[in-house]
Amino acid sequence: MRATTPQQDLLRGIWRENPVLVQLLGLCPALAVTNTVANSLAMGLATFFVLLGSSILVSTFKTWIPKQVRISAYILIIATFVTIADLVLNALVPEIHKALGAFIALIVVNCMILGRQEAFASKRPVPRAILDAVGTGTGFLVALTMIGGFREVLGYGTFLGYPVFGSSFEPWIIMILPAGGFFTLGFLLLGFAWWEERKKERIRPRRWIHGVTHEVGGTV
Amino acid sequence: MSERKLPMAEPGDGAPPPPVEVEVSSFRLVGTLTVAGAIAGLAIVLIFQWAQPRIEAYQAMVLRQAITEVLGGPERYETVFLDSDGAFKANPVADTTGLDRIYVGYNQADDPVGVAVVGAEAGFQDVIRLIFGYDPGTGNVLGMKVLESKETPGLGDKIEKDSTFIREFQEVATLIQGVKRGRESGADEEVIMITGATISSKAIIDIINHRVAALRDPIDSYWSSPAVMTTGGGS
Repeated sequence: MRATTPQQDLLRGIWRENPVLVQLLGLCPALAVTNTVANSLAMGLATFFVLLGSSILVSTFKTWIPKQVRISAYILIIATFVTIADLVLNALVPEIHKALGAFIALIVVNCMILGRQEAFASKRPVPRAILDAVGTGTGFLVALTMIGGFREVLGYGTFLGYPVFGSSFEPWIIMILPAGGFFTLGFLLLGFAWWEERKKERIRPRRWIHGVTHEVGGTV
Repeated sequence: MSERKLPMAEPGDGAPPPPVEVEVSSFRLVGTLTVAGAIAGLAIVLIFQWAQPRIEAYQAMVLRQAITEVLGGPERYETVFLDSDGAFKANPVADTTGLDRIYVGYNQADDPVGVAVVGAEAGFQDVIRLIFGYDPGTGNVLGMKVLESKETPGLGDKIEKDSTFIREFQEVATLIQGVKRGRESGADEEVIMITGATISSKAIIDIINHRVAALRDPIDSYWSSPAVMTTGGGS
């Protein structure tokens, strides 16, 4: 088990190990319900709630749950929180609940959530599990909101329902169709990978020989 | 063939100890899941009891708004059920759960203005559910509103967003005929379908036609009966 600091537990899920943009987990909701920012926020918050609640319970009861039935117990805990999220969304924001459809129930099978329980919450104390869940949940929320913002601005010409272009703007309908989700995710992954590569290039040690820079380890 | 033995780690040579497989009784395994399931069930029931009245209130509000919209703002409406004998009744003999129903709208003078009928059939992507107003006196549709649809955004979803298409269903004669733009003849039963969403448009027309064809006779019987004038009560 790799030792990490509490700060790392909190921050790594937001950017360096972002569940959507780096680990490519939870892509079904990331593609299916992100045609508007409001839908993306609702799905992101629902997943955040389920991840946080499940992590707290799994970490609290980790010594009580026998290893042989741990996955069943984790799924039971996750399904309970998903059902609660489904009912609360339906009661408080029925329009958004209608727009998200079956994808709220499908949070149960989001491998990101089960993965965090098995890999982290079941092995760490509650405060660390909370930090990890908050970080990972925030990373998922950020990624979904980025995809949703991009698609809504181009697909509807609005952001959170407010127009951002003039009346002459012709909406790109493809951006609110499933294909638009794939395009947006592809471009975001490309941009993210490019950014990471650029950062690595910047910190790679170089040496100066005969007026020319050479990478350490390369042929001079 | 000689048997190869894997090197065994001796105690105290620095190798990590092998994982200890703890023997757990079946009773404890079943007990753990049973207790977890019971607690999960209790939590869900408590949340359900809190959420259910709010969900039902919202659904009732949506239905009330839809009935108001398709019947042109009636003062009140009355729910009547298709009883097992094939007649609409406000108080049927059978249990009302699962019975087909219509909503009869009344104006301020307590005269009936029409009935609102809910229908659902497959569209292009999924089932479309709608409500439409129907005037049994003239046989005309008074208005239409889509209650649920998952039609393609930007194309098929125009059935609920395109105000021109929705206005086509005001005072249109039944049975409705869908025509493509530019091919209309001006007949009373014509509705111009949405270009690029022909299947969704046709699904709307089919839902209304099928419901009218199925319910026209019992609605007419109820409409001409004294019951429609003497229902009383509120909505």
